[in-house]
Amino acid sequence: MSDLATSDHYGRTADDGGVSETGTQRQSYLRAGHTLRSWLFTTDHKRIAILYLISITTFFFIGGAAAALMRADLLTPQGDLLSDEGYNRAFTLHGVIMVWFFLIPSIPNTFGNFLIPLMIGARDLAFPRLNLLSWYIYMLGGLFTVYVLITGGVDTGWTFYTPLSSMFSNGNVVIAATAVFVVGFSSILTGLNFIVTVHKLRCPGMTWGRLPLFVWSHYATSIILVLATPVLSITLVLIAAERLFGLGIFDPKLGGDPLLYQHLFWFYSHPAVYIMVLPALGVVSELIAAAAHKPIFGYWFVAGSSIAIAIIGFLVWGHHMFVSGQSMYASAIFSLLSLVVAVPSGIKVYNWTATLYKGHISLDPPFLFAMGFVGLFVVGGLTGLILAMLAIDVHVHDTYFVVAHFHYIMVGGTVSAFFGALHFWWPKMIGRTYSLVWGRISAALIFLGFNLTFFPQFILGYLGMPRRYHSYDPSFQVLHVFSSSGAVILGAAYLLPFAYLFYSMRCGAPAEANPWDARGLEWTVPSPPPRENFETIPVVTRPPYDYPVEREGGDD
Amino acid sequence: MTDRVQLHEPYSDSGQQHEADMMGMSVFLASEIMLFGGLVIAILVIRYLHPAETVEASKSLHLWIGALNTVVLLTSSLLVALGVTAARAASAWWTTRCLFGVAILGLVFLGLKTYEYSLEYADGVLPVLSDPPRFSGSIEHLFMNVYLMATGLHAVHVSIGIALLAGLAWRVGRGGLQLPQETVTIEVSGLYWHLVDVIWVFLYPILYLAR
Ligand code: HEM
Ligand SMILES: [Cu+2]
Repeated sequence: MSDLATSDHYGRTADDGGVSETGTQRQSYLRAGHTLRSWLFTTDHKRIAILYLISITTFFFIGGAAAALMRADLLTPQGDLLSDEGYNRAFTLHGVIMVWFFLIPSIPNTFGNFLIPLMIGARDLAFPRLNLLSWYIYMLGGLFTVYVLITGGVDTGWTFYTPLSSMFSNGNVVIAATAVFVVGFSSILTGLNFIVTVHKLRCPGMTWGRLPLFVWSHYATSIILVLATPVLSITLVLIAAERLFGLGIFDPKLGGDPLLYQHLFWFYSHPAVYIMVLPALGVVSELIAAAAHKPIFGYWFVAGSSIAIAIIGFLVWGHHMFVSGQSMYASAIFSLLSLVVAVPSGIKVYNWTATLYKGHISLDPPFLFAMGFVGLFVVGGLTGLILAMLAIDVHVHDTYFVVAHFHYIMVGGTVSAFFGALHFWWPKMIGRTYSLVWGRISAALIFLGFNLTFFPQFILGYLGMPRRYHSYDPSFQVLHVFSSSGAVILGAAYLLPFAYLFYSMRCGAPAEANPWDARGLEWTVPSPPPRENFETIPVVTRPPYDYPVEREGGDD
Repeated sequence: MTDRVQLHEPYSDSGQQHEADMMGMSVFLASEIMLFGGLVIAILVIRYLHPAETVEASKSLHLWIGALNTVVLLTSSLLVALGVTAARAASAWWTTRCLFGVAILGLVFLGLKTYEYSLEYADGVLPVLSDPPRFSGSIEHLFMNVYLMATGLHAVHVSIGIALLAGLAWRVGRGGLQLPQETVTIEVSGLYWHLVDVIWVFLYPILYLAR
């Protein structure tokens, strides 16, 4: 909570080495109240975003600690650090925390919350109090998770498959399911708030065709949040009922169908991967347009592909169940649809490339993170296509190949975009600039560390190393050692930004309103923005990303 | 809409605020529909897997109580609509009466539902509670499990709706809710009640009429 610390120094001059507070800062939302109360009971979307930023990052490090434990255990072929049970609990908590407490809320609840009203010229989200409520619900879910963590964890994997979860597991399944159930409501409320905000609070002139792509992708994400999350909620309720009261619905002893669980779970969880990645795609569109100083190429394609992903994403869940015994025809159709859903993602990548073509690219940290994202996302996406092929999936199903694939998308992709967003909008959020050199270094280190950690896992998986095992055939050890040493670099690289970003809060130079020379309404207000965002509600008269266009052959 | 509507935070225009409130509720209801959607799918899957046994199992439900409850809920929805109209016309007296009427019908629904559960309990087919259970077979057990989940979750929604509407009726009666300026609160809660009703309209045929 060090922004609180800074606010305690309100009014002091810089005799302690910090840069003194600027006039803008004094009028900003950060100084709109100084007490803890003024933060905990705020309805300001910008402050709520900061609350989320702090809590989400905390969970990221808790989940990261579990990953570190696992990677340490995997250094040797015997499971010598953790017991079998302990390893199961470690990967379950890691998965649960990373998916529901970090990745799903990460970009929407921090940057979406902060930026959507600013980007569309509104003073706040449509329902400010609901927004605060959603943070409290998130924290309540978080408390349940911490409780599970302290009391010994769960061992079902983040997927809670039945009948393991309903009949055999001896961990805290019900409480873990409650945690996920609760945090789901937080997601639903946030999604609802975004949808209504985008529909009803756009400022005059902000037509749908002028919405920043960041807003489009959050709009698509919100649709998934609102429509998919409740399916997960009811599924978790069913599991809890089965475990607590024997009210079995998936129970094969009664003629129930365990596969039904998998269908319901993946009906949510495949769209959920798009919840995790669509906001990242939106961030990257913004970063690339700003870095290239060019209008985004094919605006409608990029915007439309977000919506297409949201819709088709609901139709492909069966690709997680190729080996589950579902009908062959179903598998074939799911396989085909999964290839189709790759098309909109491909469109985005091509359009970004076209946007960069002949751009005046500045190699600032946000751009480097965006490039890291594109590279890793492409690898993750292409290997996803491989997995969507029925025949190949049967070979690599439940191996490290899958682990590598989803980490490329979720960690390489989304977490890179998260850091990119943090570096891009940090001056706007905090009003200070940070060291660009350190920013570049950490972007490079994250990229390297990530590849060293996860690339070997593709090979491991292809060779047959199964996931969720901690003792393995000694022939796999070399690759595991590579992977674990990569994880050390990656972990350090994730910590690095916190050092220089915190430092910048006290000692960074004051940021201008538009440090990257970018377009978009959020750059027209001071950094950090005042409490009410806009003194008068702006009127938009120009298309988005209206960077000056150069004539072909001109040498300007 | 009159201009005396209470504006809350980001709004400067009452029409915009009204639309946003209505839309917020509609989106929430879409989410609720998906919540029950999962259960409906479960019911349909069970029926698809075991058609003959499901038909048999459905016969242990009390068709006529369910039918009566359908009538009760549909009537209550009519009252909600009348209440909203009364609120728009600034008639606090009628609004209060209608909303209380809805709450009472809601209680009637819950009463009938409880009576039905008690009959099932006596028949030995209410899962978890019936002791000893006397299911004719495992599929009947499965069917009654999903029946209890679905109707139980629906009853929770009905209870929330009753509390919501009774609370509103009370506030209108005491003059705590200004009419017609704050009609939107009633409209939004009314939407919720309609949804609870619609969900029942789907549950009734797939559970009771599946015989
Ligand atoms: C920081 C570096 C990270 C490392 C070294 C790491 C490592 C691991 C390891 C060793 C597993 C267990 C694989 C298995 O045996 O099944 C795993 C699973 C998983 N990781 Fe990570 N992880 C990292 C970051 C993340 C992040 C940031 C996320 C999500 C945002 C994530 C999501 C998952 C998920 C969902 C699983 C599957 C858990 C399960 O099988 O139930 N990981 N990770
Ligand atoms: Cu999937």
